[in-house]
Amino acid sequence: MTTIVPETVTDAPLAIGGRSFRSRLMVGTGKYRTNEAMVRAIEASGAEIVTVAVRRVDLDRTKEEGVLYHLSPDQYFLLANTAGCYTADEAVRYARLGREAGFNNFVKLEVIGDRETLLPDTEGLLAAARTLVGEGFQVLAYTNDDLITALRLEDAGCAAVMPLASPIGSGLGLVDPYGIRTIKRRLTVPVIVDAGVGTASDACLTMEQGVDGILMNTALAEAKDPAAMARAMGLAVEAGRLAFLAGRMPRREIAVPSSPTSGMLE
Amino acid sequence: MTELALTVNGEPRRLPGPATLLDLLAHLGLDPRTVVVELNREIVRRPRLGETGLAEGDTVELVHFVGGG
Repeated sequence: MTTIVPETVTDAPLAIGGRSFRSRLMVGTGKYRTNEAMVRAIEASGAEIVTVAVRRVDLDRTKEEGVLYHLSPDQYFLLANTAGCYTADEAVRYARLGREAGFNNFVKLEVIGDRETLLPDTEGLLAAARTLVGEGFQVLAYTNDDLITALRLEDAGCAAVMPLASPIGSGLGLVDPYGIRTIKRRLTVPVIVDAGVGTASDACLTMEQGVDGILMNTALAEAKDPAAMARAMGLAVEAGRLAFLAGRMPRREIAVPSSPTSGMLE
Repeated sequence: MTELALTVNGEPRRLPGPATLLDLLAHLGLDPRTVVVELNREIVRRPRLGETGLAEGDTVELVHFVGGG
């Protein structure tokens, strides 16, 4: 399969924290029914950045397998997250462990404020971001679609800001395109939409807002065929990006004929 | 021969002493390249596992990467 990119539209690679990436789609590794399904889906997605979580080794299982048994850190850029952390201190602790386990100084920072919605605790998030930036981390901060928090995260030195499309694991799609567009327009650092995308049209619509990329997990892991959905998402992210760069036609609330109005028969 | 009472990943464990963190990993059958070790909330880097002795009552956390979003 060949990708046709018109010569008139050029796109720079995605640059985050001094690294450059070809793919604007990032994927998680959680909740797949099998490790084989996870590996096939990640391959089909074309993603380079793959998120992982830090957890205790299960000492009672003889063959407890970490995710590194299935994914080569040579092939993927592993991005450790602080998922499940409810305080800044806890998130900082997990970030440090992730850096030690991992292969880079990037962290996807999450400080969760509420168990039902998994919405971020923006106060804790800012505190943790400042600490981690001070320790030399490249912080990609999971946040809500609030402009002020996004601006403060950028001021704190975050390498990227990751507003949600809708709550984690909800699959509700892009709830507030205006909010996401505003954040993208006002920030200088990359804006990666994280969480809430459910299907390919959600991904395409999100990329059409002009954001720099999307991170998703559940939409792939819970699809009936994760690899097929991963491929669809890869295409949708490319399509949405290209449509954004191409520049869409204006919306009109009246019809305008596509065929000539002159030269009609008498 | 003494026995050390430790807390490892939240559970009480006994280990023949004297012992280092590397001895603990060997005792648990874990490859030091696949885990990150925290001793009393401080990360101990891999090269120092063999020279870091354990004491009675120490709390050890052994973590690795798992699937996540």
